[in-house]
Parts: sequence; C-alpha cells; structure tokens
Amino acid sequence: MQAPGARPPFDLLGALKDAGRVAAVVALLTVALLGARVQDASSGPPLLFRFDDVIAAAALAFFGRLGVALLRARRALPVLVGAIAFALGLTAILLLGTAAGGGEGAVLARRILPFASPVVNWTLAIAAWIMSARAAWLLWHASESTLDSEAREARMDRLGARIQEWARLVGPLLLGVAVVLPFLPGIDRRLLDIAVLVVTYIMLGWGLNIVVGLAGLLDLGYVAFYAVGAYSYALLALYFDLGFWTCLPLAGIMSAFAGILLGFPVLRLRGDYLAIVTLGFGEIIRIILLNWYTFTNGPDGISGIPRPTLFGLPFTANPAEGEASFHSFFGLEYSPLDRIVFLYYLILALALVTNLFTLRIRKLPVGRAWEALREDEIACRSLGVHPRNTKLTAFSIGAMFGGFGGSFFATRQGFISPESFTFLESAIILAIVVLGGMGSQIGIVFAAILLIGLPEVFRDLNQYRMLAFGLAMVTIMVWRPRGLLAHREPTIRITDHPSHGADPAQETRA
Amino acid sequence: MGYFLQQLINGLTLGMIYGLIAIGYTMVYGIIGMINFAHGEIFMIGAFISIITFLALGLVGVGWVPLALLIVLLATMLLTSVYGWALERVAYRPLRSSPRLAALITAIGMSIFLQNYVQLLQGARNKPLQPVITGGMRFLEDGEFAVNFSFLQMLIIALTIALMIGFTLLINRTALGRSQRACQQDLGMAALIGIDVDRTISLTFIMGASLASVAGLMFLLNYGVIDFYIGFLAGVKAFTAAVLGGIGSVPGAMLGGLLIGLIEAFWSAYFSVEYKDVAAFAILVLVLIFRPTGLLGKPDVEKV
Repeated sequence: MQAPGARPPFDLLGALKDAGRVAAVVALLTVALLGARVQDASSGPPLLFRFDDVIAAAALAFFGRLGVALLRARRALPVLVGAIAFALGLTAILLLGTAAGGGEGAVLARRILPFASPVVNWTLAIAAWIMSARAAWLLWHASESTLDSEAREARMDRLGARIQEWARLVGPLLLGVAVVLPFLPGIDRRLLDIAVLVVTYIMLGWGLNIVVGLAGLLDLGYVAFYAVGAYSYALLALYFDLGFWTCLPLAGIMSAFAGILLGFPVLRLRGDYLAIVTLGFGEIIRIILLNWYTFTNGPDGISGIPRPTLFGLPFTANPAEGEASFHSFFGLEYSPLDRIVFLYYLILALALVTNLFTLRIRKLPVGRAWEALREDEIACRSLGVHPRNTKLTAFSIGAMFGGFGGSFFATRQGFISPESFTFLESAIILAIVVLGGMGSQIGIVFAAILLIGLPEVFRDLNQYRMLAFGLAMVTIMVWRPRGLLAHREPTIRITDHPSHGADPAQETRA
Repeated sequence: MGYFLQQLINGLTLGMIYGLIAIGYTMVYGIIGMINFAHGEIFMIGAFISIITFLALGLVGVGWVPLALLIVLLATMLLTSVYGWALERVAYRPLRSSPRLAALITAIGMSIFLQNYVQLLQGARNKPLQPVITGGMRFLEDGEFAVNFSFLQMLIIALTIALMIGFTLLINRTALGRSQRACQQDLGMAALIGIDVDRTISLTFIMGASLASVAGLMFLLNYGVIDFYIGFLAGVKAFTAAVLGGIGSVPGAMLGGLLIGLIEAFWSAYFSVEYKDVAAFAILVLVLIFRPTGLLGKPDVEKV
C-alpha cells in the first residue's frame, strides 16, 4: 500500500516495449482479415488491400496501451494532452466530414480518418474522450489513491447486495412502470414493440433461471423448448383449429414433456456434457423442423397463425359478420395499437406468473432440493434426495415456461420458421441469466434491458449490433465474473442462533 | 463394394478435419477444464486466412502449387495461432479462478464476436476458391461407377497423419509436452514445482489454434467455398468428436473425429443427407449414456 498521493515508479522503457508488443500482436491479428478483403465480383482483382487500416489499428493499439499504462502510474498530464488533442481532432474531422457532404472537404476528411466506417471512428472518438476525462479526473484528485481490483470488486459486491435489498422497493417500482408503460407519454409503436421483446426475454430468462440458476444445470439448448412451444401452438391451430388460450397450456405441457424426454437419459451427466448434449438437442429439433416438410412446412415456416383474443374478442378492424371485436364491443375507436398493448400485457402477465412461481417454489421442498443439488450433489444423495428426478422436475418446469414463451412468440409474429430458433437464441437467453447474476431475479431484468433493449434502440447500427453484443458479453464477464448483481443470500437461515435475529418470519429471502 | 470404399475414403477425409479441430478442444478442456466455445471460429478464421493468402499469392504470381501450399500452410498456422493466443489472453485468463459458467459465457461471447468480426470485414457472402489440387486415382472401375481417391484427399490424410505424429512426439518427448501433461493432472501442483502455468496454457491455445487452422485450410481445399458461419457446426461436431473419444485424451479426439466423419459419410450415403447432423448428435447422446467418459477417456473419480 502506498501513501496517498505518492506516485508509483514508472518504467517508461518497459511501457514502450509493452505497447510495442501489443501493437505487433494487433498488426498480426489484423494483417490478413482487415488488410485484405476477398472481393465478391468475379471480374477485377480478387483482393482489395487496406493496409493503411492495419497501420492505423496498430498505432491506436500502441498509443492506447501506452496511455493506459501512464494512467495506471498516475502520469495523467501527457495522457490528458494527447487524448484531448486526438479526440478534438477526430471529432472535428468527423463533424466536418458530415457537414461538408460530398465536397472536397469530405474527401480530404475521409483520407485523414483512421478507418472507413463512421461508426468505428465515432467509437474511437468517444473512447478518446473517456480517456481524457479519466486523465483529467486523476489530475484533479491527485491526492487520492486508486482502488485496487479487490477493493473495487468488494465495492461492486456491496452495491449488488444493496440493489438486491432495494429489490423489494425497486421490484414494485419497476412493476408499476411496466404496468403503466403503454400509457406513458412518448411511447410509440416502436418502443412498445421493443418493450414486448424485452419482456419476452425477461420471461425466458426467468424460465431458464429455474434450470441454470436454481438447479445449476447448464442448458445450452433452451431454444428447443421455445421452438416446441411455438410449433405446438402453430400446428394445433393449423390442424385442429384451436385458439390461443386452449393451446397455451397444451404447448406448455408438450414442452415440459419434451424436457422430460430429453432429460431422462442425460440428466445424470456432469455439467459440461449436459451443456453439449442440450446444445445438440436444440440443433436436432431445428434440423427436424427444417426437414420434415410435410408436417412443419420446412424452411418456409408456418404463416397465418391466429392472433390471441380477449375472452373471444379479436383485435381486428373489421370483425366477421355477427361477431364483436375489441373496439366495437367496448365502443372505442379502432386503433392498431390496441393489439400491441394487449400483447404487451399478455407477456407481462406470463412473465409475472413465471416470477411468482419461481419465488414461491424456492420455498417448497422441491425448490430447496434444487438449490441443494446445485451446491453439493453427493451430500444430497446421502440425504435421500433423488438427484435425477429432482433435476428432471427443474428441467421440465423450465421447459414448460420456455414453451409458454414460444407460443407467445408464435402468436405475436403470426409466422414462425426454423430460422427463429437457432443456437444464438439459446446463447442470448443464457447470457441474460448469467450476466444478471445467477439466480438473481432482478438481475435478469437489468441484463435483458441491457442486452436486448439497448441494441434494439440502436437498430440502425445493425451490422455492429451483434459485434457489440459479443463484446459486451465478454467485457461484463471479465469485469464481473459472477454477474452484474451477483450477491448470494442464503435462502434459508437457522434462526435460533443467538447472534442472529430471532424473528422467524425473516426465515427466508427471495 | 466400390460405393462403400468411396464413402470410406470420403468419411476418413472428413474425419481427419474434425479430428484436427477436436484436438484443440480436448487439450484445452484437459488443462483448464473449460469448453473453448470459440474454437470453431478459430477454425473459420484459419480458413479465411488461407483463402486470403491463396488469392494474394495468385496476385504476386506464385504459381507452383507445392510452394504456394507450403506458404499458405505456414501463414495460416502463424496468423491463426495469434488469434488463439489473444483469445486466451483477453477472454479466458482473467477468468481462470472464476466459476466455470463465466468462462463459458465469455467463450460464447467471443464466438459471436469473431463471427461478426469476420462477417463485417469480409462480407456475408460465400467465398469460393478455384480448385488448387486436381486429379486423383481411379480404381475398382465397375461400369459407370469408379472409386475416386483424389490427390487432395491423399494430401489431407497424409498431412494429418504427419501432424499427428509430430504432435504426439511433442507431447511425449519434449519439456513442453511434459509440462502440459503435468498441468493436465494438477494445475496447482504443476505451478508449485516450477512450471510456468500461464506459458503452458498459452502454448496449448497456440497449438490448438494452429491445428484448427490446418483443418480450416483443408476444409477450404476440400469444399472450395467458405463463409463466416462454417465455424459453428464444425466446432460443435468437433466437440462431439472430442467427447466421443473421451475428453482430455488426444488420441481419443482423433479417433472420435474419424468416427464422426465416417458416421456422417455413411449416414449421408445410405440413409438421408438431411439428417446427417442428427446422426452425429444422436451417437453422442448414446455414447454419453452408456459410456459417459467416452471411448478412450479415463473415468473420473468423484471426490467428496
């Protein structure tokens, strides 16, 4: 521990060498894939070379690394000057390039800029501004010692714990916002669609949390049950002309059944094997949906899936002869938004049912058995908990909620095809559960908003969306390996211990 | 008979490619006990670096095929292994003492990132390459059908066998191999007796990535077309191969790769092409149920 204000010694030569190494690695990484692009056209040169981009990337890596090293050693002034100069220059050129349109200035600006893509350039500029801000902050607070990583980790843990404490307040607050959301000012159709999507993923995250968070079973094929639910509803509606409300429980039962079918043979496997088998199962389901043309219509998918009704009232502008629709029954003006609002409340209700179910079942013997199994399987076996059957209940209940989510997806889209049920979906749902902090219900809400809501808002940057998504998964995990709001409260406390409170009502915590 | 032999050759070739990827999975799993989910993308990057080097050599005017092949092989092994190294350094090393699920999530995140990175830089369309090695041997001619054993398939099989021999020697005879095996048995103990664990793990990733890049080159030569998405399925199948052979065992990975390749070839030939991927996964499930440690894996002891 150093005295406050003392600057650690700084080895300039070492930092330069280190930055040079990083730049060399970046150059090697980018020389082929960034430096040359395989051209699609059959005429002309087969490769387009962009070696200036490689040089730019290596140079940026060099200075970035050097800057970080300087900041770590609390030599903020040179970083401040350099970063501000770079950020100012880059921002000015970018603004100029945008303002100049197609003129000579724009051409010149394009030549000076490090990369061709404006998104990357803007990201760079923002990074440079952040670095300058950090340097300025360090200069200003020169006397304070920086936190080491452990202290930072502990601080985040405390924050996580506090947010979970707040969850009792934040939860109802969020719920209140969610309930009145469609009627808030400034909510248009696009935002409402995003909200429906986010709540769908929250529900799926809560469903998967039963399997991964509570029972500790790593499921990489959750999308399979989602697909079973969606196709159950679509096919039942198609072949037997059943409505949404009849099919919803049926789809859930079928998904749960699929969960039992898969889980029975494989649930005695250890964690990683289970992960890969479930991944394989997810792919098998998708391949079958793709190839069983006569039954599932193959890659063309199923269209014309009936929309949900409110107690038999459809949300159409012109209902069939002799039938009332939602707006005519209540004597309202027809609005296409009504259906979206209804879908929103539908998925919100489904999500809340999932949440309530999880909160309650954690206090039942079977929920306790799940968590105990997650912690120590051998101890459980010696206490008479049947591992496979207990895991099977978790697996099939999780699958059932996946099935509910799937039939909602089918009715919302009106069209489903195997393309919607790729491994990426499973990965996203799992990422939401793990990033939120395993087992934390409120963490899943935040993770879903972060991972689904934000990228949807930035839909225009479509190409970079998944890139940023992958990067975010890595960064958050490296930063907080146990999830954003990881803070594990014991579900049960022995309350007659003298040092603890004697209030038996406080026995459990959700 | 001729048809059977042809499928055997095709299956062996395919199996060699899967086996080379599977070694990367099995080594990493053996040492740090995590599924390196992004390994399939490393294979895909190897294929892309190969095609770029081929095209660049064509522009420079290197026309002699053996020389071009050698340069491409070396270039793709070098550049792809940098990706393998960087992957471990950036995404896995900070998480080594964290819960295993965290490392799996970063691996999946890296896989998504690398896929989109390549798609962004190289475009989403298929990238075709003119056949580099043509011709072959025909035998057992029987009316219209003849067994065709192309020079390319011979090269793939020979190169894989050569790599396997070199690799086995590396593991069994060198100091690096010894420290690798020590790390596999007990990471903490290996560190205590003075093995540089970080360096060993880095080298493991480098070796796995360079083998996967050779597989990528072979895939490119064999199919003549690649895209940014080939890593997923090949990666999953190679992982299946590693589990089938017994994860942690290098010969097992090769054996598993060969079996998966053969199953796929024969299933496509005698049953249905559409469900060939289902066959591989179904075999995996069956193996795991009846022999959870794989064919050559050692049973792991459950400690309390």
